[in-house]
Amino acid sequence: MVTIFILACFVGYYVVLRVTPALHAPLMSVTNAISSVIVMVALDAVLVGLYEIERHGGASVWFGIFAILLATANIVGGFMLTRRMLSMFAGKKKHVTEKRQ
Amino acid sequence: MTQALSSYIPALTVAASIFFICTLRGLSMAATSSKGNLCGMIGMVIAIACPFLQRIFLSSQNDISWQILVPLTVMGVGGIIGLCIVKKIGMAALPQLVAAFHSLVGLAAVFIACAVFSAPDVFGIVGSHLDNIPTSNAVEMSIGAAIGAITFTGSVVAFGKLQGFISGKPLRYRGQYIVNLFIAIVIAVAIVMFVINQEAWIFCTVVLLSLIIGYLLIMPIGGADMPVIVSMLNSYSGWTAAGIGFTLENNLLIIVGALVGTSGAILSNIMCKGMNRSLISIVLGGLSRGSEQAVSSNSGERKNVKVCSAEDAAFIISNASSVVVVPGYGMAVAQAQHAIKELADILKGDGTTVKYAIHPVAGRMPGHMNVLLAESNIPYDDVFELDDINHEFGATDVVIVVGANDITNPSAKTDSTSPIYGMPVLDVEKAQTVLFVKRSIGSGYAGIDNPLFYRENTMMILGDAKKVVENILKAMKG
Repeated sequence: MVTIFILACFVGYYVVLRVTPALHAPLMSVTNAISSVIVMVALDAVLVGLYEIERHGGASVWFGIFAILLATANIVGGFMLTRRMLSMFAGKKKHVTEKRQ
Repeated sequence: MTQALSSYIPALTVAASIFFICTLRGLSMAATSSKGNLCGMIGMVIAIACPFLQRIFLSSQNDISWQILVPLTVMGVGGIIGLCIVKKIGMAALPQLVAAFHSLVGLAAVFIACAVFSAPDVFGIVGSHLDNIPTSNAVEMSIGAAIGAITFTGSVVAFGKLQGFISGKPLRYRGQYIVNLFIAIVIAVAIVMFVINQEAWIFCTVVLLSLIIGYLLIMPIGGADMPVIVSMLNSYSGWTAAGIGFTLENNLLIIVGALVGTSGAILSNIMCKGMNRSLISIVLGGLSRGSEQAVSSNSGERKNVKVCSAEDAAFIISNASSVVVVPGYGMAVAQAQHAIKELADILKGDGTTVKYAIHPVAGRMPGHMNVLLAESNIPYDDVFELDDINHEFGATDVVIVVGANDITNPSAKTDSTSPIYGMPVLDVEKAQTVLFVKRSIGSGYAGIDNPLFYRENTMMILGDAKKVVENILKAMKG
């Protein structure tokens, strides 16, 4: 697991270094959206928790439900915001070679 | 059969990780960025599908439809909330919006840690005793919860400061470092105690204290340092996800957490370089004391500022053959970018070259200015970063500084007593004329006097950036 973590840090480092400064704002909102992948755990809490509810009681399920609510709001909001930002950049491709002087 | 199917789930998580890496890769160019965002959505759909598939494999005999409907409904509601937030707040409040979303991730992570704590065997992490979490998982879980809690309150404070319902002025009191340090030590001790005892009240203490320290850490930080703070919180939200991933031995969470964490860390680093300060000094709020001295030493001196009217400015601009626009937070507040675009179009029609110079820490979040300029359809080719345009100011006729101050302050290069000494700045003073569009003759956000205001070739136009630019437009047309 630690190996995976360190490798992922390296991949992240080299990929993000190549992001143009102009796109730093969309980068932030998209990374924010994908960090909500923790919703997987909340879904587990609710799905498995409901299945075995007699054994655990409801606390875990309720925490899970709140987490799902917050995380999906963030996922949808984050991706929509990124899309909106990127649509402003769309169609204005950068021609590095033909910069007017 | 279900057994065979469930063996595909690791493959799905690998696919999702690859999609997430492609998301970040896509952002390296504007042309591929939309595809990148799409990759992110696909990755997220795959990731969300995994727990559902697992649940279906878990039992196919009893009726499970309502149990699946519960989370689906919650997700529907959450999605609608997310949509409403984006629709309602809109682009004008971009940094706030990002801060608000960070707080959601933080709070979600806290809830998730609570869910894991209250039923560890649901997630298959059971130690030697029943209801006991293995030591390593407990450590990772409490760290994840603590960072999540810090992210939550920190982002809420950042949001409040950006939105303006918490004063943007740094809040300071004596001994705040000692208080923070004390709380941090208590958190560390509580985590150790929790790992040994695993009692609920200790876990609650860890979360509560982390919430408090998140608040205390961000409260003393002023608005100009927000680009660093927002990207730091971005990074934290990644490390939280990684922490939860370690707790549950979930590789996808670890990978995503590491990606987001490094991305935020790189951004904070770029922002820190843009201000020539270390992250630690910003978190500890080292700027304030220096700037107070600088203000007091400079007050009462030269006050000869040339203020000009929109008509004068229009005359100067229309006689120029090259113009560089330096946008800052003032442009964002006034939403002046559309008026600037209109002005630039007129100038270009007369054969004047118009360029835009963007400082890395202009605005309140990384890339803030770029988004606003793109919003008003300003061509990508005209927008330059600090290093690409700084040598051109000498050959520029007119520089229009719209709502920026500290990022143009030449004392960062010359005055070693200045609090911003060493910060890379735009060399606007090399241009023949500098037009400052400002709300008032005051020092910038950091409270530092700008010697540029008193120079012979500097003109000030006071007022709301949008109105001023519109007045210049009127004067040029008329």
